[in-house]
Amino acid sequence: MMATLKALAEPSRFQIIELLRNGPRPVGDLVNRLKLPQPQVSKHLRVLSDAGLVDVRVDAQRRIYELRPAPLRELEVWIERYRSIWEENYQRLDVLLEEMKAKEGKRRRRKR
Amino acid sequence: MTTNTVKRTETLQVTMPSEREVAMARVFDAPRELVFKAWTEPALLKRWLYGPEEWPLAVCEIDLRVGGALRFEWGRYEGKYMGMSGVYREIAPPDRLVFTEMWDDNWTGGETLVTMTFIGRASKTTVTQTVQYSSHAARDAALKTGMARGMAQAYDRLAEILAGKANQEI
Repeated sequence: MMATLKALAEPSRFQIIELLRNGPRPVGDLVNRLKLPQPQVSKHLRVLSDAGLVDVRVDAQRRIYELRPAPLRELEVWIERYRSIWEENYQRLDVLLEEMKAKEGKRRRRKR
Repeated sequence: MTTNTVKRTETLQVTMPSEREVAMARVFDAPRELVFKAWTEPALLKRWLYGPEEWPLAVCEIDLRVGGALRFEWGRYEGKYMGMSGVYREIAPPDRLVFTEMWDDNWTGGETLVTMTFIGRASKTTVTQTVQYSSHAARDAALKTGMARGMAQAYDRLAEILAGKANQEI
């Protein structure tokens, strides 16, 4: 996963992943959209490929890149744990409220 | 996520009612008097309102009057902390609570206005927390920062795990 995070932490590579989310694209198309020189784009694609984030296939003369979702899914599972601060806080509040309800109940019974 | 080992109690619903707001709603199985109390008494807030990475709420000062100040600090042993100050604008127990929030590092791009409503139904309470940002751009930036922070924490945590400090968690 460190490889996934490192690969995504670069803006152009992040953009490539965003572009590939809509479907496979040939290298030339990525070069046009990123407005970067071809060798630079190829370098980024190599990093993404080494991290297992993209796959390449050759169709006639064109090299076509597509997303491999597995590492992203792994990342999603990871991030989910950090996204849920409020959910965890609220679960603690659930426990506290149960305790408060029990105390209220006792107080009420004592009053009778 | 498809698999989830955590026991789901009530679902947290996040919506964007307007372009400057984010709202979170959650149902609690308790009368609203108690829920309101748990949101306004420091000793109770310290029991559940943790910061990122379970940072405890070390400082919680509340002057529960209209115009009264609030000061919250979530801290960790090495002196690292995250602080927030604000002012109560409306206090209507057990229905409604409105206050401003300003984070020490201003990650929200200006002051935010938090409106909390507590709606009771059959011994349950729906709490809705609506945060209004200074602008649409500030809201979107804050959401991105929140995500980036989550990412940064994931990195830190990952580093710790790789260092073998928390291998039992994996």
